[in-house]
Amino acid sequence: MRAILLSGGRILDPSQGLDESGDVLVSGGVIEAIGGRIEPPDDAEVIDCAECIVSPGFIDVHCHLREPGREDVETIASGARAAAAGGFTAVCAMPNTDPVTDNQAAVGFIIRQAIRAGAARVHPIGAISVGQRGERLAEFGEMVGAGAVAMSDDGRPVVSAQLMRTALEYARTFGVPVIDHCEEPTLSHGGAMNEGIVSARLGLKGIPAEAEEIMVIRDILLARRTGGHVHLAHMSTRGSVELIRWGKERGINVTAEVCPHHISLTEDRVGAYDTNAKMNPPLRTQSDVDALREAVADGTIDLIATDHAPHHYDEKEREFADAPNGIIGLETALAVCVTNLVNIGTLDFGTLVERMSCSPARLFHLPGGTLRRGAEADITVFDPTYSWIVDPAKMLSKGRNTPYAGMTLSGRATCTVVGGRIVHRHENQATAPKAPART
Amino acid sequence: MTSALGKDLLGLEPLSSEQILLILDTAEPFKEISERAIKKVPALRGSTIVNLFFESSTRTRISFEFAEKRLSADTVNVSASGSSVLKGETLVDTARNLEAMRIDMVVIRHGASGAAQFLAERIESNVINAGDGTHEHPTQGLLDLLTLRDHFGSLEGRRVCICGDVLHSRVARSNIWGLQKLGAEVAVCGPRSLLPNAIEEFGVHVFDRIEEAIEWAEALNILRLQLERMTAGYIPSSREYNRVFGVSRERLDRAPRDILIMHPGPMNRGVEIDSDVADGPHSVILDQVTNGVAVRMAVLYLLAGGKPELAEAAKGSGQRKSGAPDIPEAA
Repeated sequence: MRAILLSGGRILDPSQGLDESGDVLVSGGVIEAIGGRIEPPDDAEVIDCAECIVSPGFIDVHCHLREPGREDVETIASGARAAAAGGFTAVCAMPNTDPVTDNQAAVGFIIRQAIRAGAARVHPIGAISVGQRGERLAEFGEMVGAGAVAMSDDGRPVVSAQLMRTALEYARTFGVPVIDHCEEPTLSHGGAMNEGIVSARLGLKGIPAEAEEIMVIRDILLARRTGGHVHLAHMSTRGSVELIRWGKERGINVTAEVCPHHISLTEDRVGAYDTNAKMNPPLRTQSDVDALREAVADGTIDLIATDHAPHHYDEKEREFADAPNGIIGLETALAVCVTNLVNIGTLDFGTLVERMSCSPARLFHLPGGTLRRGAEADITVFDPTYSWIVDPAKMLSKGRNTPYAGMTLSGRATCTVVGGRIVHRHENQATAPKAPART
Repeated sequence: MTSALGKDLLGLEPLSSEQILLILDTAEPFKEISERAIKKVPALRGSTIVNLFFESSTRTRISFEFAEKRLSADTVNVSASGSSVLKGETLVDTARNLEAMRIDMVVIRHGASGAAQFLAERIESNVINAGDGTHEHPTQGLLDLLTLRDHFGSLEGRRVCICGDVLHSRVARSNIWGLQKLGAEVAVCGPRSLLPNAIEEFGVHVFDRIEEAIEWAEALNILRLQLERMTAGYIPSSREYNRVFGVSRERLDRAPRDILIMHPGPMNRGVEIDSDVADGPHSVILDQVTNGVAVRMAVLYLLAGGKPELAEAAKGSGQRKSGAPDIPEAA
C-alpha cells in the first residue's frame, strides 16, 4: 500500500484537541505522523489539502443498506460507496433486512459483503428480537461475537417494556448499546406526518410528538432501572431533548442521535404531498428544529446519524399516505450539517467533527474517531466551503429519494481514507465555486 | 390554455376570493339551464371528461355527470371496482392510460388525501377534485357557499358553524377556507376527539357544546357522522352523539334567531340531525343539491377556458350581452 501525505490542510481532531494547519502522513494503514511539515517518503501519494479540513473519518451509526432482500434499492456495496462519497469511513447497518439480521450467520454475511465492497467499513447492528417481532430476544452474544456493534429493532419500536428492559440488562454482558426507535404505536398508528396545523390542512393523519416522547422517557427510565446503555435513534422533538437532558443530568446511561433532516427541514417541506419529505419520525416544527440544533451544540444529543433509507422510485411515486417512510442521507449529511449548523453559527467545525466522528466511535466502541499516531487511518478530508447543487442522479446510492434535490449546500468530502487506502476522491474541486469561509 | 382558475381545481385553500366569487357568479346563469325542459347547452361539446371514482359516491358522481351532460361533454365513468385499479395498477398508471386516450378533464374522487394533486402534477388534462381523503371537497364547499349566498346575499360577517366530525371531513376544510375567504366568521363544534388538535390555528371559533354553537350561529352546516368513527373509538356511540351533539328541533327552538340548516349528505337522521330539522322550514339541504349541479357546470366551464362574461351567452338563453357570441341551444 502506498503511503499518503495529506498536505497542508487544517487538521481538526477533537479527540486530541487538535486544530492546526499541517500534514498527516499515512503509512501501512495507520497514521504514521501528524502535524507540522512532514517530508513524505519517495513513493508517497501527496494530496493537496489546502483550504480543506482533515479530520477523523465520519461514522454513521444508523443507515439502511437493504441487503439482503432489497438489492434493487441498495446493496452493501452501493451503500458503502455512497457512504465514502459522503465522507463516511464507517457506517452501521440496521438489521431490518429480509431476512432480518438476527443471528451470527447474517452478521457474518454483512461483514463479508462489506470487505468485498472495499469502500467504507460496514458494522452490522443485530436485531433485539428474533425476526424483529418484538417477542423473543435474539442471540446478542453470538452476534457480537460475529461482529455486531449494537442491537436494534429499528424500523419498529420495541413495544414491550419488558422486552426493552431485558434487552438493556442482557446487553450489559457484551458492552453494546441497545438502540430504540422511539414510537408509541397506538398513538402513531396510521400517521403520515407530524401532527399539527400542516397535517390538519392537508387532511393527513398526524403523528404527535408524544408518540416519540412517551417512548423516550420509558427507555430512559428503563436505562435507569437496568444500568444498560440505551441509545435513542433519530430524535425529532423539543420534548425528547428535554427528557434526554433530564436523564443525563441524573447520570443515566442514555445517548441520542439526530438526523440531518431533523435539524434542517420542517413539516412545511411536505408542501403539496411530497413523498420525499416523508419519513418516520416525521419532519416537525421550527421550534423542534431549534431545540435539536441547540442540543447537538450542547451535547444533549451526542451524535449525528443519517437514517439513510433508500426506496425505489415507484414506491415513492404514490399517494402520500401509502408511500414508504425514509430518505437517503449518506451523500448529503455533511453538507446539510455544514449549511444548517455551522454556517448559521450553531456549531463550530470542531464540534461537528466530534458529533460525526469522535462521539460515534467512542459510544459504539468502534475503531476510528481519532487521528492519533498509530491509529487506523480512517480519515475524512472535506472542503467546508465547497458549494454544490444536490442532483440525485449523480449520487452513488441507488436511492434517489432526497428532499434536498435542487438545493444549494456548502461542504463536501474531497477525499475519504479507510484503513490507509483512498476509497473516494471528489473530482472538479479546483473548479468549485467558493462560498464565504467560516471558522 | 390557462383558465381564470388555473389548470385544476384541487381545493379552495389555494383559490383567491376573486376566483371563488367568479365561480359563484358563473354558476348563477347555469342554474336556469336545469330548470328548462331541454337541459342542455353546447358549451363543452366535443370535450371528453372522465369521472374517476376510487371511492363509492352516488350524489357527487351523479351531480358531476349531470353537469357534464348539460354542457354537452362526452363522459366516461370509471369506478375502482371492475377496473384495472383492483388489479394493482397504480394511480399514476391509470391516469396516464386515460390521458393516452386523449381526454380533456378528469374528475377524481379518491380515498387518499393529496390524490387529486398527485394526478394534476402528472397529467396535462384539467383535474377536478371531487373529494380526496380527508383533505378537500372543493365543489361541495362551493355549492355550500352558493347556497349561503342565495340566502344571505353576501357572506361578509355572517356566522356559520360547521358541526361534527371536522377531523375526517374534507367538506369541513373546503368550507372553512371558502367561508373565510368570503369574509364569513367560521366556527366549528363537535367532540374534541373529532376536531383536529390544531383547530384553533385555522382561525375559527371552537364550541364544545352544540347549544353554544346554536346560540352564536346564523347557519349550521351539519356534517355526516361516519359510522366507522364509533368502531375506531373516536366516540362511544351514535346514541350519545345524538344526545350531546345532535341538532334537534328542541335545541333550535331556544336559538335567538332562525338558523339556516345545511347538510352535505347523506344524512344519518336521528344521529347528527333530527328529521324535523332536516325537513323543517329553515332547511336548505335540497337547495344545496340543486346548486351542486350549477356550481359544477361553472367549474367545468371555467376550467375549459370559458369566459365568465360569456357564461350568460353560453347557456344560450337569448338574452345575450352585447358583443357576446350567440351560442345556440342544443337540440
